[in-house]
Amino acid sequence: MLIKLNQDVPASEVTDERVYLERRRFMQLLGGTAVALGASPWLQACTADSEAVDVRADGGPAVMPAQTPLPNVKPKVVTVDEKLNSFEEITSYNNFYEFGTGKNDPQRYAGRLTTSPWKVKIDGHCSKPADYHLEDLIRPHQLEERIYRFRCVEAWSMVIPWVGIPLAEIIKRADPTSKATFVAFTTLHRPSEMFGQNDPVLEWPYVEGLRMDEAMHPLTLLSVGLYGKTLMNQNGAPVRLVVPWKYGFKSIKSIVRIQFVDRTPPTSWSRSNPREYGFYSNVNPEVDHPRWTQATERRIGEFFRRKTLMFNGYGDEVASMYAGMDLRKWY
Amino acid sequence: MVLSKPLVFAACLAPFAWLVFRAFTGRLTANPIEDITLTTGLWALRFLVITLAITPLRRITGWNRLIQYRRMVGLFAFFYASLHLAIYVTDVMAVEGTFTFAPVAADVVKRPFITAGMVAFVAMLPLAVTSTRGWIRRLGRRWQRLHRLVYLSAAAAALHYLWKVKVMIGSPVYYAAIVVALLALRAVWALRSRRLRLP
Repeated sequence: MLIKLNQDVPASEVTDERVYLERRRFMQLLGGTAVALGASPWLQACTADSEAVDVRADGGPAVMPAQTPLPNVKPKVVTVDEKLNSFEEITSYNNFYEFGTGKNDPQRYAGRLTTSPWKVKIDGHCSKPADYHLEDLIRPHQLEERIYRFRCVEAWSMVIPWVGIPLAEIIKRADPTSKATFVAFTTLHRPSEMFGQNDPVLEWPYVEGLRMDEAMHPLTLLSVGLYGKTLMNQNGAPVRLVVPWKYGFKSIKSIVRIQFVDRTPPTSWSRSNPREYGFYSNVNPEVDHPRWTQATERRIGEFFRRKTLMFNGYGDEVASMYAGMDLRKWY
Repeated sequence: MVLSKPLVFAACLAPFAWLVFRAFTGRLTANPIEDITLTTGLWALRFLVITLAITPLRRITGWNRLIQYRRMVGLFAFFYASLHLAIYVTDVMAVEGTFTFAPVAADVVKRPFITAGMVAFVAMLPLAVTSTRGWIRRLGRRWQRLHRLVYLSAAAAALHYLWKVKVMIGSPVYYAAIVVALLALRAVWALRSRRLRLP
């Protein structure tokens, strides 16, 4: 992949029309006057001259939907002392069955998804339910860079520099009632743009859930970007969850609804195969998947497997939430 | 119509050539070991299916010349299966800078889908060894009986693929259906010829 960064682009260079249109749509979406917009960090995101031109490995150049740099990101709020996976790796090797089951399918087909305008419904047991434009949901909060390990249930892993806000901040804004013991998340259901949703691979839309204390945990991130820019569609644009101590499928993508509920919400993979995938799905090298070992993993880009760490290496932060629980039973 | 053997040989080698090309030009996925494992495994199963399809095709179409390609296609199934197994074993053995065999043994014993894959491969071994003219002559009638092991191999391979995927739809189901159909056809023929032989 060839990523043209803005400093390499002469000021005179004409912006690709599609990028321009994307940006226009993004700006229109913000609404209001230019002056009002001036106060918003998101405006800078819109006007910064940048475009990611992607030349596909199989030769066909393809202009990916424009990624806009995210301004005012607090760097490395959480980080790990391990080598980052490349942008190319993170954006070419994905599980996002809404765009097909092949690892390269999301990169190939996610481009057709329209991610603006984007609304997120927050409802259920809370005193301030609302339908938010994504920008209104995110804008009041400080964006943070969080470099996390990401461990897929299929025994591969990456290190990814996410950008986002702690989910806890959004939850506090919604002010959940005492009845809210779990949080349920829903992915967009739009088979016209997500062709995988026409196949019964899973029951659509994709749903996920967390216990309230997991959702409020400071490591739980509502991500809107990676490598300092807005998310690519194949990574779950425009907004996704990142729960670094759980298997990747818990980190639901392209979220349209966050609901406060009073019982364990259904989750797509455990609904599809309850014997293999539980509600908790914490990374655990001692509890194997029925069909393969979880004791080791392949870090993308490495030849030798690594030993998988309990809670993906976040045990000091999260283990207390599961004290006294039999993690073999609650896999 | 005459298909020359070198042409069929080249066609059978093409998937391997394409894989090598992809490997040397950065066209594999970000997880190359997995990509190579999946590709070689799928081609092993495809060649097994083609091998099994030759006899029925010959019977139905009367195109007897097809038989002369069966051994080659079968050996290519073995070739791709060997690559598949070698890559898988390397993958599982390579842990933190060293190679250990324990994970492979554990996998074969504990995981039905790996066990099925092993059965498929082990069943092919004697077939590959006895595929030479000398062995055919030496074994005589027993050769044919021995080579019915290919039914076991194909069935185990289809099961291996079916059990491997996260969701049982699409391609693994199609392959299993084709293998079942090809084996069922033989069962039907065998029953019929037995009935005919009855007094």
